[in-house]
Amino acid sequence: MLTFENVGLRYGVGAETLRDINFHVAPRSFQFLTGPSGAGKTSLMRLIIMTLRPTRGLINIFGKDTAALSNEDVAETRRGIGVVFQDFRLLDHLTVYENVALPLRVLGREEWSYRGEVIELLRWVGLGERAHAVPTILSGGEKQRAAIARALISQPKLLLADEPTGNVDPTLARRILRLFIELHKSGTAVIIATHDLTLMDQYEEARRLVLADGRLHIFE
Amino acid sequence: MTVMRFWSPTRQDASDIDEGAEEIPAKSALVPADSVAGRSVVIVIAIMTFLAALAANVAILVADASVEWRSDIAREATVQVRPTAGRDIEADVLTAAEAMRRTPGVLEARIYAQSESEALLKPWLGEGLDLSELPTPRMIVLKLDAENRVDIDRLRVELERVVPNAVLDDHHVFIERLGDMARAAVATAALVFVLILAAMAVAVTSATRAAVATNREIVEVLHMVGAADAFIAREFQRRFMALGLRGALMGGGGAVAFFVLAQFLARRWRTTGGGEQMEAMFGDFSLGVSGFLAILLLSGGVAALTGYLSRYIVLRHLRRLG
Ligand SMILES: Nc1ncnc2c1ncn2[C@@H]1O[C@H](COP(=O)(O)OP(=O)(O)O)[C@@H](O)[C@H]1O
Ligand SMILES: [Mg+2]
Repeated sequence: MLTFENVGLRYGVGAETLRDINFHVAPRSFQFLTGPSGAGKTSLMRLIIMTLRPTRGLINIFGKDTAALSNEDVAETRRGIGVVFQDFRLLDHLTVYENVALPLRVLGREEWSYRGEVIELLRWVGLGERAHAVPTILSGGEKQRAAIARALISQPKLLLADEPTGNVDPTLARRILRLFIELHKSGTAVIIATHDLTLMDQYEEARRLVLADGRLHIFE
Repeated sequence: MTVMRFWSPTRQDASDIDEGAEEIPAKSALVPADSVAGRSVVIVIAIMTFLAALAANVAILVADASVEWRSDIAREATVQVRPTAGRDIEADVLTAAEAMRRTPGVLEARIYAQSESEALLKPWLGEGLDLSELPTPRMIVLKLDAENRVDIDRLRVELERVVPNAVLDDHHVFIERLGDMARAAVATAALVFVLILAAMAVAVTSATRAAVATNREIVEVLHMVGAADAFIAREFQRRFMALGLRGALMGGGGAVAFFVLAQFLARRWRTTGGGEQMEAMFGDFSLGVSGFLAILLLSGGVAALTGYLSRYIVLRHLRRLG
């Protein structure tokens, strides 16, 4: 469902940040994307969600060449991808409930039709009591879970999470990982960018995509 | 719910869910109200709507009044009988009036008596002058039938045949000039109207641009969760339409209040001589159904225009972004 072919990325002038990246992500697969800070994990995720264009190579998502997509097609493709951003990107003028419901609203669904769904998911991530709070008063861990809930709500085919345990204690990190594994078992392909080795050790079956010196090494 | 979700309580423990206790969560606007320079947009739109309503109603007022003036004047014509040596002016006046009365389409031919003619000249010549010494022309005022219009050229030929020293004036030069003036006034009002709308469009455009810049973060997040450009543009449109509606109602309401007040004052002035003349010229300043409808239509149009314009600006901006 996701293929990189000889992808290179260069910011401005200088050496390529990403070089000759080749990989394939199968439906219903689970992988960690790892590598030291500054290796290019976030950049690679941005290539997938098309907020960044590669300087060379081909990226194919859901059977479509991303270089050829119109604005409308990009929006359509993104609706199949759930993203948990490193900095959460919650909207402060909306409640937690409204933030999580946003992808469904974008799909044009009516509020009454998804209310139960969203509230169940908020309970599932442990935010049932915080539905009406605004993000500014949430703790780091609560924001993290709200951001995760927003990425899950539309049951995307592909889920990207950028350092989803970066701001939380080990206990919550374990819980969050279990959420992703649960999601994976329900049929979603998952890519988690992390440099947290203990997190990766908790799920040995996962593939590991390792970025080092701009190149990608794959450990099945 | 038929679709099974992995977080659904039927797969977890269902004990802690009590569906009945759900309070209804809100659905806030995606473009926050305080992110738009709302008050200044509303004020600008209110003022522009007020001015546009004024311009439109002045045009309507002048157009209506000029139609009335012209039909009043067109129902009149004057015959002037000039004193000529060797002719009896009294006899000429009677002959001319008689000939006019016989013509179909002429309802009435009233002869101004010598004294009335002199009274007309007095303001120019001053008191204490014996006008019988002067060769004063005599007037016959004709009232014409508006439906069964008389052929002025034939009337003129007929008049000159019976009384060679009589001249017929049907005021057509004056009527034409009056028409030109009214048309120019209406065109000016229309131009002012269009310019006001254009200025308003410019204001809305720059307010929309500013709103998009202020809300860049929100636009980015919406894009990231898969919102199409049209969806985002619609959210801005909704916000601006609401602002436009508020401004338009304020401006339109102000215009209605203005005309109601003007009418009230016109009524009070009517007791004075100047007031009567004003009323003769412009009616009693009343809006009438057409004026009121015009303001209502204008206000709705302004709100819609504001909404659509901001949607267009946002769409164009997003297309360029992509
Ligand atoms: N917008 C940008 N402009 C210029 N350089 C960037 C930009 N974003 C990232 N970089 C550079 O690209 C490299 C990879 O960054 P990033 O993808 O954030 O790595 P990671 O997420 O693995 O920490 C870093 O050297 C960083 O400085
Ligand atoms: Mg990063």
